Amino acid sequence: MSKIVDARGLSCPQPVLMTLDEIKAGEAAELEVLVDTDTSKENVSRAAGSRGWTVTNVREEGDGYAVIIKKG
Amino acid sequence: MKGMKNVFASRWGIIGVGIFIGILAPLLQKWGNPGNMGICVACFERDIAGALGFHRAAVVQYIRPEIIGFVLGALAAAYLFKEFRPRLGSAPIVRFVLGMFAMIGALVFLGCPWRAALRLSGGDGNAILGLLGLIAGIWIGTFFLKSGYNLGRTKETHVTAGWMLPLIMLGLLVLMLIYPHVQGQDKNGVLFYSLKGPGAMHAPLLVSLIVGLVVGFFAQRSRFCTMGAIRDLVLFRQTHLLGGFIALIVAAFITNIVVGQFHPGFANQPVAHTLHVWNFAGMALAGLAFCFAGGCPGRQLFMAGEGDGDAAVFVLGMIVGAAIAHNFGLASSPNGLGPHGVAAVVVGFAVCLFIGFTMRKRIA
Repeated sequence: MSKIVDARGLSCPQPVLMTLDEIKAGEAAELEVLVDTDTSKENVSRAAGSRGWTVTNVREEGDGYAVIIKKG
Repeated sequence: MKGMKNVFASRWGIIGVGIFIGILAPLLQKWGNPGNMGICVACFERDIAGALGFHRAAVVQYIRPEIIGFVLGALAAAYLFKEFRPRLGSAPIVRFVLGMFAMIGALVFLGCPWRAALRLSGGDGNAILGLLGLIAGIWIGTFFLKSGYNLGRTKETHVTAGWMLPLIMLGLLVLMLIYPHVQGQDKNGVLFYSLKGPGAMHAPLLVSLIVGLVVGFFAQRSRFCTMGAIRDLVLFRQTHLLGGFIALIVAAFITNIVVGQFHPGFANQPVAHTLHVWNFAGMALAGLAFCFAGGCPGRQLFMAGEGDGDAAVFVLGMIVGAAIAHNFGLASSPNGLGPHGVAAVVVGFAVCLFIGFTMRKRIA
């Protein structure tokens, strides 16, 4: 079960900060980051990549996206 | 075109956009804009405030079509790529105040981050102090970001709300067409026009507008942001946006050399003063305010074009801040500081720090 990070409505750098906080916490091997702008989607994907995580899926959800990232 | 890979969000995409702006800005100067001011978001919004009579500094009054173009170009890109998202409600009044003090700080230095870069690329050594101040202000801001500072979530709103700033910009363009500058007259209808000084120096309207539109379009696609460039480096050690900012400086430097606009030195630089401490402090204040508001003044215009009403409020805060800066004698000039410039920087830091310390509620 992946952990959900709800960053909808937040502008940069908050979505990235929240994602990196979860990555650092090290509790989940998979995160589902909810964002509502393309900019946030790109930034979260880029940040995850820089920490060695992989974007496994980007789903359109509601008015935004769910970015699924996985460790390794 | 949703779902299509955004090539401008790649490393080479943002670098390409930086190079593009870096070439066009010095050319705008060659085509008529003031020295080392091919593009300056702060200065140009200040000129707009003057053209509307919000302040009466006679040398800085002109509706700058570049600013209109930035918003409308970003709007076009956002619609074309289905990224127009009307949103509002992330502490707009705080963003207004941040915009005011960002402008006041920028006018103590005499330029926004864009112009700091262009001043450096034109050989103005004082810009080094400004850029160091910008870095310092953003660096201070990152401590607050790390400890939970945020302005809260936005909410989806009516399309009309997202259109407000673009419509205001269209309105300004219409006013310019109804009341164009008449040679030798400092006013036509409701608009003020500078007869001398930086406000009297401008590229032809259509040229400025087209460059603004094109820059706005590509900047929206690439998320170009001069504040984010430094913030992401300090906060995440990420150099993505920085690539665009550095590309702008390098491209502008080369373009300036090619067209003969590179004049190295500290003294007698165009629209600049040599008070190092206040070049640093003014830009530090602006940098902190931009960091707290989540974008440089250019990025705020592009986000406003995407329908972000909070960014639009920040822009209006900057325009009002410019009026206050000139009416209260806070803005610098080539002769040095305004009579109350120092007080303004101190008050600005106090206000920003107050906002930073008190808006750290954890997000649910």
